[in-house]
Amino acid sequence: MSDLRTELKESIIEQLNLEELSVEDIENDEHLFGDGVGLDSIDALELIVLLEKDYGIKLTDPQQGKDIFVSINRMAEFIEAHRTK
Amino acid sequence: MNKQYYISNFTSIKKGAVYNAKNKIFESELELNEIDLFLKEAYNFLALSYPKFFKMDRLSKLGILASEVLLKNESLESDTAIILSNSTSSLNTDKTHQESINQIVSPSIFVYTLPNIVLGEISIKYQLQSENAFFISDTFDAELIADYTNDLLAFEKAKNAVCGWIDLKNAEYDVFLCLISEEGDVPFTQKNLEQLYYFENE
Amino acid sequence: MKKIYLHEDAIISPLGFTTTENIQAISAKKSALKLHPNSRFENNNFYAGIIDNDLLSQAFLKIGDASKYTKLEQMMILAVDGVLKNRKQTNFQQLQLIVSTTKGNIDILQSNSNFPENRVLLSELANTVKEFFGFKKKPIVISNACISGGLALAVARRFINSDRFEEAIVVGGDLVSEFVVSGFNSFQAISNEPCKPFSANRNGISLGEAAAAVFVSKNREVSKNVSLFADSSANDANHISGPSRTGEGLYKCLSIALNEARLTPSQIDYLSAHGTGTIFNDSMEAVAFTRSGLQEVPINSYKGYYGHTLGAASLLESILVKHSLLKNTLFSSKNFEVAEGENPLNIIKDHKDSNLTYAIKTSSGFGGCNLAMVFKKEEDE
Repeated sequence: MSDLRTELKESIIEQLNLEELSVEDIENDEHLFGDGVGLDSIDALELIVLLEKDYGIKLTDPQQGKDIFVSINRMAEFIEAHRTK
Repeated sequence: MNKQYYISNFTSIKKGAVYNAKNKIFESELELNEIDLFLKEAYNFLALSYPKFFKMDRLSKLGILASEVLLKNESLESDTAIILSNSTSSLNTDKTHQESINQIVSPSIFVYTLPNIVLGEISIKYQLQSENAFFISDTFDAELIADYTNDLLAFEKAKNAVCGWIDLKNAEYDVFLCLISEEGDVPFTQKNLEQLYYFENE
Repeated sequence: MKKIYLHEDAIISPLGFTTTENIQAISAKKSALKLHPNSRFENNNFYAGIIDNDLLSQAFLKIGDASKYTKLEQMMILAVDGVLKNRKQTNFQQLQLIVSTTKGNIDILQSNSNFPENRVLLSELANTVKEFFGFKKKPIVISNACISGGLALAVARRFINSDRFEEAIVVGGDLVSEFVVSGFNSFQAISNEPCKPFSANRNGISLGEAAAAVFVSKNREVSKNVSLFADSSANDANHISGPSRTGEGLYKCLSIALNEARLTPSQIDYLSAHGTGTIFNDSMEAVAFTRSGLQEVPINSYKGYYGHTLGAASLLESILVKHSLLKNTLFSSKNFEVAEGENPLNIIKDHKDSNLTYAIKTSSGFGGCNLAMVFKKEEDE
């Protein structure tokens, strides 16, 4: 597991208050908004905040979130391509 | 049609303790100002399995804990009204949001800057799709709450009700929640509501 | 449950400091939504309906010392004053003040505020209004997100029916504060243009501030009047900020309210929706209205004129419904451009004269709350 993916999981667990989940519980290609991790619309907004705060990426169109936040892998790919921090 | 309603059960949470009716079911060893740890301890004690709890602010956590004690063993109809009140609205979370205004604003904090969100959280957990109201008063106004709840029941706007007080002044909490239904021993009156609110263990 | 009647009212908003001024502005299709500077937004500005502070103080100075009252207090006091000065005799011993707001004097939390922190308490706000006029009864304060204003009317009706009091002044108000602007911005909810309720090309809300007040009682008093005669509120039990996709709570309210009113959808002449301009809220309402058989009823939202005035909205808009009924005028749903393909509604595109008797007002808010009220124009029997 690359550092970024682990880092992302740790951030998500902390930022989104996923108290009962640990890094091991989140698969890299698992659907974050599905039954497992079970993120909702407010979590999606928090992920937009996380992208800016931790990686300096400001999403111009929040609708992009639907594509980017599908899984840890997709998020990591997007961050690697666009991060400014 | 004048049905008689009763305070079927009640719960309170204050000073590090949780009560089911007049029985103290949990007492924390923590310092009284350690509210966040207390909320977590109480969650664990009640064996609540509800991950959403950890996303909530303190006011909603208090509401969910109290409703768990009150409603866990009830099979409630969705026509159960929820009427709550407090003195500080959502001030605790308001201050957290205010502090962030010039930096990174968190939507998951902002959403809790309304006192009625706790009504929403309770409604979601127990699938109650009925009348809601959140009143603000500087102290628990048993007359207002009893009158309004009685009106909703008498005018058949709801079949049962959860009503009470859920106050948070900084780290000091005072929660008093009642289930009002056609079953029970204690008639639902302002006087009885007041007496139960002021009940002190021992 | 019996009906209550809506008597004198007042609206304090960027469109005017009397109801008459506000109705004239709406008739002239004016909007309160203007560009205001704010570095939070892309062009360093955003559209909002904000009351000019100097105009407000000038108006307030006629009745009190503006330096002693916060902006929201001035707005609410002017609204209540506007109601009282048109009433002949009011018993201040018996009159019940009901105050509705979501955030009250939240601007006090800013470090540069001149007011003590305890004024941020909503009961303090209500007491300040009560003391200004010398009312005797302890105010009732309602804070229930964006249905607060209408819920306050419903609460008045319920309490009047149980004889807790006979007469009440219901006042609602909220500010466009940095507090709420920053919050709604974090929700990506604020449109970069004036909001377009129900339009397929809508992309968010515009915020607004206003105060509105109305005198209600069980006494009809005059032969031509508007009554509130059915109401219901219900929670979606779905999500704390996202409306139910099936419009569950609102559909339930509408069913109960229509049932209480003993009306069928085809008897409703007009529906004033919540219509905030977000994709989700307006879609949810369209679903609920269609499920309730109300898709042919002429529908508008007032948010294009005022923006979303939060704790004032449902009350302010109910007052506009009242005047709509009395004037037999349907006001256009401002900024509506493109019809939705799914669950299309009969959106009022231009001001139109029409014989109106029954109207529904709906509201929804964070926390999954919903409210439906049915109003009737009562004429000579």
